[in-house]
Amino acid sequence: MAPSVVLVTGVSRFLGGHLAARLAADPSIERVLGVDTVPPGPDLGSRMGRAEFIRADLRNPSIVEVIARADVDTVVHAALSPDPSGRWGSAAREMSVLGTMRLLAACQTVPTVRRVVLESTTAVYGASPLDPALFDETMTSNDLPTAGYARDAAEIEGCLRGFARRRADVSTTVLRFASLVGPRIDTVVTRYFSLPVVPTVLGYDARLQLLHEEDALAVLELAVAHDTPDVVNVAADGVLLLSQAIRRAGRVPLPVPPPAVGLVGRALATARVAAFSPEQLRLLDFGRVVDTTRLRTAFGFTPRWTTVQAFDDFVRGRAFHALAGRERVEEAERLVDRGVHAAVRVVAGLGRWA
Amino acid sequence: MTADGPDAPSAPDLDGAQVVPLHAGDIAPAPARPTRSRRRAEPRRATRRPGPAPVTPDVAAVAPAVPDAPPERARAAARTPEATTAAPPSLPHSGELPPGWEATLADALGFLRRRLTGDYAVDEFGFDADLTDNVVLPLLRPLYRTWFRVEATGLHHVPAEGGALVAANHSGTLPLDALMTSVALHDDHPAHRHLRMLGGDLLFRLPVVGQLSRKHGSTLACTADAERLLTAGELVGVWPEGYKGIGKPFADRYKLQRFGRGGFVTAALRTGKPIIPCSIVGAEEIYPKIADVPVLARLLNLPYFPVTPMFPLLGPLGAVPLPTKWHIEFGEPVSTAELGPDAADDPMLVFNLADQVRETIQLTLYRLLGGRRNAFEG
Repeated sequence: MAPSVVLVTGVSRFLGGHLAARLAADPSIERVLGVDTVPPGPDLGSRMGRAEFIRADLRNPSIVEVIARADVDTVVHAALSPDPSGRWGSAAREMSVLGTMRLLAACQTVPTVRRVVLESTTAVYGASPLDPALFDETMTSNDLPTAGYARDAAEIEGCLRGFARRRADVSTTVLRFASLVGPRIDTVVTRYFSLPVVPTVLGYDARLQLLHEEDALAVLELAVAHDTPDVVNVAADGVLLLSQAIRRAGRVPLPVPPPAVGLVGRALATARVAAFSPEQLRLLDFGRVVDTTRLRTAFGFTPRWTTVQAFDDFVRGRAFHALAGRERVEEAERLVDRGVHAAVRVVAGLGRWA
Repeated sequence: MTADGPDAPSAPDLDGAQVVPLHAGDIAPAPARPTRSRRRAEPRRATRRPGPAPVTPDVAAVAPAVPDAPPERARAAARTPEATTAAPPSLPHSGELPPGWEATLADALGFLRRRLTGDYAVDEFGFDADLTDNVVLPLLRPLYRTWFRVEATGLHHVPAEGGALVAANHSGTLPLDALMTSVALHDDHPAHRHLRMLGGDLLFRLPVVGQLSRKHGSTLACTADAERLLTAGELVGVWPEGYKGIGKPFADRYKLQRFGRGGFVTAALRTGKPIIPCSIVGAEEIYPKIADVPVLARLLNLPYFPVTPMFPLLGPLGAVPLPTKWHIEFGEPVSTAELGPDAADDPMLVFNLADQVRETIQLTLYRLLGGRRNAFEG
């Protein structure tokens, strides 16, 4: 059954806001309600069209009234992506975990709710050398993160499983997104690659799997409109090595010895450049790749951008001033080639003359 | 001994190639050899040879010879002197660079450009074919050809394409046997296959070594990864003895250890791919482990802390492996396709198959050992 009243949380963020805008542009949907603690920015707000913004804190009991009064049938909870400049501290933790619990409790009491879609992250698989190279939806890590964003995301997924048990008539979908990149989105990853000199962990080179922002929105839109499998990994095809990505962005890597990595991470967080959580630092060591078979088959979506294409699109969109861009490298190659040839000619000429 | 491999006779040639000096003005040009596929795959090696020396190989003449080769390889092949047999040989005179240096330079610069712009492909497991072919294998090759003088036989048992599981004995304190097997399957197999090795978790925990292992095609030894690689049609290498095998004392050399829980057999059964028993002789003596220091091992979080006649006594010098003569023999494949994927749930069958593979390797080891005079001369 097609959704008629959709409630989207986290509309001040990229995913929630743009999803609300896309849903508002769909005439088959009667009403689109956007909830967040802060209103979306002017640019995002103007895109959202007829979507209604409701300023509310999910932890406030009034959310039940919002859902019940509007006869909401579909809830998209997209408020979990961390603020790229803020640290994932106790406030963010409380906001996300307790907010989700309250929201789901409210959904449970409103009989019109038929579908709940949760934005989650592949961070729930952790990043460790003790795990298989690829995770499918049934696997869990042998070395699960014990705290932080990944732990909270796993706890939130647990809340949704409990909700699905109690309200068997509601279909639920957890979308585990890989790191998002794109020309418009602002995440820790995009901020990281925007640094002029990119700190990496000495001796480690992670495998990165990314997802283009447009693909993420398309998947969310599909999940609203159709009944989809309960847990789906959402990630682009292919893999980039961290060192390779830095080169493609024309950045200069700065390998930092492992003991000093935490220090650099904290410095960047204090400067509010990019807040690296400990599990994101682990991601820089070992990386993480997920199996997307379920996305293609059961869910029925093939990402339009591969990891490499998504990353290149992000780089193009930011118009970096590349320190070591492709043109410079190619120019250097021609120079060296010509230089060596000239040197050889000179040496050969001297040899004949002698 | 070398007669059973389809391209076994080529090994002595390359041995020769290693010792020929670069500026060999007094060496007569070798007679033009017929084109061989292994030459084409090794443009940089080949270009250094001072043999027949066409100055500009005819690109059009070679192109049809490698119709299926990727453009990069075809381009490189077109540049190699050996790829054209019709070109007239010219004598390199002293004081001049070896022929084909321009192609070598272009190759090296092209490689550097690809690395600096990130213009190369890595698979989901982190395998970097560009780095493996251009850096890792060339570094291992002298060890393979000159130091250990590896003789690889039975390569015709390894399929030219499609998945297969190579199960080998493990020894030598450091996993050089795995690296040498990967060189053997790339250089001496006509299809130049990349071996995807399954390694212990310790390997991937280590800095530098961990990332290089992934780039060289290794991944964690677990059924999930093994099955995924086999299904994708990769050649997978497994050392079922694990740490027990590689870290066994010198006194137990060539005594095969227990084969774990037979996970490798399960992976082969589920995917219906053959298991190829592989016996490696010579690796046991490279670092004779005469004692173990368990306290240090526990302190450093290692499975063992080896004491060899040279390590830790001679410090870093102890890291130089003894130049033993190696022999790697690939045995008759054990087919699993007809048993069906359900057979993987029959533990009795799994153990029997594991025992069969183990027995084959052990018997081959005894046969190879019986045929050699000593560890250094083979």
